[in-house]
This record gives sequence, structure tokens and C-alpha cells, in this order.
Amino acid sequence: MTEPVPATPIAAIEALKDKEPTKPPRSQWRDVWDQFRKHKGAMFGGGFLLFITLAVLIGPYIYTVDPQALDIRNKDMRPIYTALWDSDAKVGWNKPLGSDQLGRDNLAQMIAGGRASMAVGWAAMILSLVIGTLIGVLAGYFRKLDGPLMRLTDLFLSLPILPLLLVAVTLFRQPLRASFGPEGGMFILIVTVIAITSWMPTARIVRGDILAIKEREFVLAARSIGTTPFRIIGRHLLPNVLSPIMVSAALGLATAIITESALSFLGVGFPSDFPTWGKMLADAVQRMEQFPERVLLPGIAISLTVLSVNYLGDGLRDALDPRIRGR
Amino acid sequence: MLTYAIRRLILSIPTLLFISFIVFMLLQLAPGDPMAQVPLTVPPEVKEKMREALGVGEPALVQYWKWLVQVGWIEPKVFIDWLTRDTFLFGWLPDTKLYNGELRVISWQTRSPVMDIIIQRIPQTLWVVGIAYIVAIIVALPIGIYSAYKQYSTFDQAGTFVTMIGFSVPPFFTGPLLIVIFSVSLGWFPSIYDTTLVVDSWANFKLQLQQMIMPVMVLAFQITAQLSRYMRASMLDNLNQDYVRTARAKGLSENVVVWVHVLRNSMIPVVTVIALGIPSIFGGAIITENVFKVNGIGQLLITALFANDLPMVMTLTFIFAVLIVMFNLIADILYGVLDPRIRYD
Repeated sequence: MTEPVPATPIAAIEALKDKEPTKPPRSQWRDVWDQFRKHKGAMFGGGFLLFITLAVLIGPYIYTVDPQALDIRNKDMRPIYTALWDSDAKVGWNKPLGSDQLGRDNLAQMIAGGRASMAVGWAAMILSLVIGTLIGVLAGYFRKLDGPLMRLTDLFLSLPILPLLLVAVTLFRQPLRASFGPEGGMFILIVTVIAITSWMPTARIVRGDILAIKEREFVLAARSIGTTPFRIIGRHLLPNVLSPIMVSAALGLATAIITESALSFLGVGFPSDFPTWGKMLADAVQRMEQFPERVLLPGIAISLTVLSVNYLGDGLRDALDPRIRGR
Repeated sequence: MLTYAIRRLILSIPTLLFISFIVFMLLQLAPGDPMAQVPLTVPPEVKEKMREALGVGEPALVQYWKWLVQVGWIEPKVFIDWLTRDTFLFGWLPDTKLYNGELRVISWQTRSPVMDIIIQRIPQTLWVVGIAYIVAIIVALPIGIYSAYKQYSTFDQAGTFVTMIGFSVPPFFTGPLLIVIFSVSLGWFPSIYDTTLVVDSWANFKLQLQQMIMPVMVLAFQITAQLSRYMRASMLDNLNQDYVRTARAKGLSENVVVWVHVLRNSMIPVVTVIALGIPSIFGGAIITENVFKVNGIGQLLITALFANDLPMVMTLTFIFAVLIVMFNLIADILYGVLDPRIRYD
């Protein structure tokens, strides 16, 4: 009467079994990377930053022309592409991007200038992050330090930054040059001055996050098993504020590059025979009617680098924010 | 709110004193000597007298105190005298005559009072930077509002890209670029800002407009980028809130929802950001003024720095600091006034 139901004991047992995860477990950074990859601008920015960094690092070994070498016979050459529309232009393959009024090779100068700009940018950014994170963590974790440190931050925020930068650079140029050489002294000075005037946003963000995180249970647990404050900060707090730090790192790099170029442009940067993008641009402004490329090349280099860093920061912010991730 | 404002106002005095002290001590380390240009034939004791006349011979703390008295007490007196004597606004008041010949802060470059030079330079800066700020506000707010309303639309994407460029391209590049395009190639605008131009006829007014366009463009581009991003973020925060859905659900028209309900709420942070940016108007745009040769405050600071004119540098930096502290205070108070949820007391 009733068809015997084909017993499926195997299926029943399988239903009782734990479900195997369909996908292998994913780490947090894998998620971040996947989200980051969706942001086209950030991918482009990251790629371009990598390209520029490699170009200025490896460039001098491939294109081995001395950027300082004077070649007065080949002065005022135009870039090679000028020949496309102007057959009378003074161009040559020995100077792919032309040469300046003293015959210095523009391509070699661009590479050397990029090296200086990127070095200053990275160093200033890292120093300002260290200062900002240190002050932010101290203010957030130790209640006694919070008041004084935050007053200090407010004080620094109400300083007029650019005038003070100019004052500091003009004042300390001579002594530092005397002790570290013209380029080394200037490098130390510019990096320190930029870092000292740009750590405040990082400190504020880090402090806010630390204040929120240190009330969480895992910090309580860590403290209850006797972890020292130093270990708590290093083990439990810092990894959790890494994402805002990374975002402000990107923004800090952009600001540092712009500030260095601005100082060079105003003539208070590196010594005159040491090329940086800002200085090349400033030197070329007087002759930009005849030689527009000398303004355009460093200007575009600065702008593209800063643009890519800004996009990178944008992408990082999206990728590191778990509320946005997966959308 | 009033007690908060008064408390902050009183707190800002030690802040300013501290800032000015730090800057003053920093400037004391300056290697330059105001007597460096004096010929070598001048005997040393005469030089010493000249140095004392400039107020350099005394200990640093005494110098600082004297500077403080000059800027904080004597200069306001001169200013009030000037207000009641020469200005249209207060000229009807009786002439106060508070100032009677005390020593004012003297510039080492020109040997004339620093404040007089600053007063001469302020109009140029205010015209160029102030108009740029106004233009930027007028342009940025609609862009921000529309791109938030149509999030991820083509307009929004393009707007985001342009603002990114505005963030990234420094003024010392956009300035020369505009000069190459508009003054060299097209010949529309002069590349140098002529401050001696007196606007007394329509032709001169046209010239004034022409020479202002480029610096205003450079500055406005930058400020627009920042403001429109802020506006967009703030609008986006509010557009997803429950009260917006309620407003739509009870049948309000889209215009009323966006322009009245959302806009008013999202203007709160934007207004404070605008207030925070005002000190930079007076501070002058050092780089832009340098590129277009506008002889405003920023350019004054640069030349003073290069000429080692410490009283000028000190006074200018102090004025900037005062403005920053003041507008920080104004922004905080404005925030509390506009947003009733915020209570400081």
C-alpha cells in the first residue's frame, strides 16, 4: 500500500554533521586587500606611487648621468618630443627631456629631485606619525597626561604653520649646515620642522580611538592577568588603531611632499645646486615662456605623486573601515 | 553658553602669551644682525648706540616685555585714535588722542612702525584672498550638495576627481600654469598684480578685475576642493537619517526635504569649517601672493623674513596666532549656537 520510502540514512547522518565551511577562512588583511582592489583610484594611486618610488630609487643606476654636471654647449635643449611639432627645436637623444640654462640634464635632475622630495616626504611622514602616535597613545591611555598633552596639541594647532616653518628654516639653516653639511643639515632641518608642525591630527585621532578601545573587555582581561601598561599598549591597543594611523600616514605623506616643494619654491629649501622638484619649478618660472616644459615636468610630477597618495589614502580609508567593506 | 565663551576668552590669553613667548625666543636665536648693513667706517660705540635705539641691546626678557607692551597697549591706542580720526565709521566720535608719542614697534627694514605697513598691506590681501574665499564658498556649496544628493552619479564622480586634483595640485604649480595659459599664450590677463592701480573709472575697474581673476582662481580652486568635500560628506551623513525618511513619508516635497531639512542640519559643521578658514584670509596666501606679486600680508612676511626684519616677523606671526585662536573660539561657539544638541556647560 505504501511504497517503502527509500531510506536515506546516509543523508540523515549527513544533516547531523557539522557543515564544512564552503570557503577557506579569510584573514582580515585579505578582506582589506579585496576591498582596496575595488577602488580603482586607489589601485592607480598605489601603482603610480610604487612606480615613482622605484623610478627614483633605481633610476640613477639605469640613467647614469650626473644631474649636477654642467654641459654648457648643450644648454637650453628642448625635450625630444618637441621635435614632433617643431622641427627647428634644439633637441637630441643625449638629453631626452632637454637641459636647463646651464646644460644640466633635465631627466637626471628630475630623478634626483624626486629622490629628494620622496625622501623628505617619507621621513617627515614617519617622524610625524611617531610623534603623533606617541602623544596620542600617552594622552589616551594615561589619564593624568591627557589634559596637558591635549592642551599642547591645541597649542600647536593654533600656531600659524607656514610662517613658523619659514621662520624656523631661515633661522636654523646656518648652524645645521655647519654641523651636517649643506644637504644633510637641510634634510634634517626640513624633515624635523615638517614633522613638528604636522603631528597634531594623528595625535587627536589616535587619542580618540585609544580612549574608546581601552574601556573594552579584552583590555580589562589583559589587565586582570597582570599585563603591564606597556605591553597592553603594544599588544592590544596599537594594532587596533593601526587603520587610522595608516590613513593619516597617506595624508601626511602628501602634505609633507607639498610642504617641502613649497619651501623649495620660496627659496628656503635645499641649497641651490641640489635639485628638488619644487626648486626646479621655482627656477624655471622666469623662463616659462620659452621653456614651458621645465615648469610642467616637475609640476606634473609633484601633482601626480600627491594625487596618487591622496587616492591611496581614500582607498585605504574605505578598505580599512569594516562598515564600508563588502559593499 | 555665555560663561563658556567668557571662560574660553580668558583661557585664550595665556595661550597667546605662551605662543608669542615661544616665537619671540625662537627669533632671538636668529643669526642675523640688524647692524649688518651699516658701513664698517661707523665706529663700534656708535653702532652700539644704534643697536640700543633699535632695542636690541637689552636682555631678551626685557625686550619681550617691551614688545608686549607696545603691541598690547600702545598699538591699540594708536588704532583707536586712527578709528576716531580718519575712518568714516567712527569719525563722528570725538578725537580720542590716547597716543602721545610713545615708541611703537619699529620695523628694522624701513624704520617705520610695523603696524602702519601692515595696515597698508591689508587691503590687497583682503581683496584677493577674501574674494577667493567668497567665490569658493559660492561654488563649493552647490557642488557638495548636488554630488551628495546624486551620490555615485557621473557628476559626483567628476566632482570627486576635480576636488582630488584641487587637493593635490599645489598653488605654485597652478599659478605659473595659469600665467602661461592666460597671460603668455592668450594674453587676456596681466601676470603681475598691480597694486598702484586706482579704481576711478570703468576702464580701471576692468583692469582691476582682469588682474584679480588669476590669483582668485588659484586660491578659490584650492578652497573649493576642501569645502565641497566637507559639504558632500556632511550632506551624506544627514541624507540617510531617519528624520529625512519621516519628512518624505509625511509628504513633503523633495525641495523642502533637501533644502530645508537636510541642508540646515548639514550646514552646521560646514559653517564651522568656513569660520576656521577665515584666519587664512588675513594670513594671506603666502605662495599665491608670491607667484602673482600681490604685495599683501603673505608677501610682507616673506620679504621681512629674508631681510631679517625680526619685529615685523614677530608681529605678523603674533597677529596670525591671534586670528587663529579667535576664530577657533568663534567656530566652537558657533557650533554650540547652531546645534542645540551641543551644550558646553
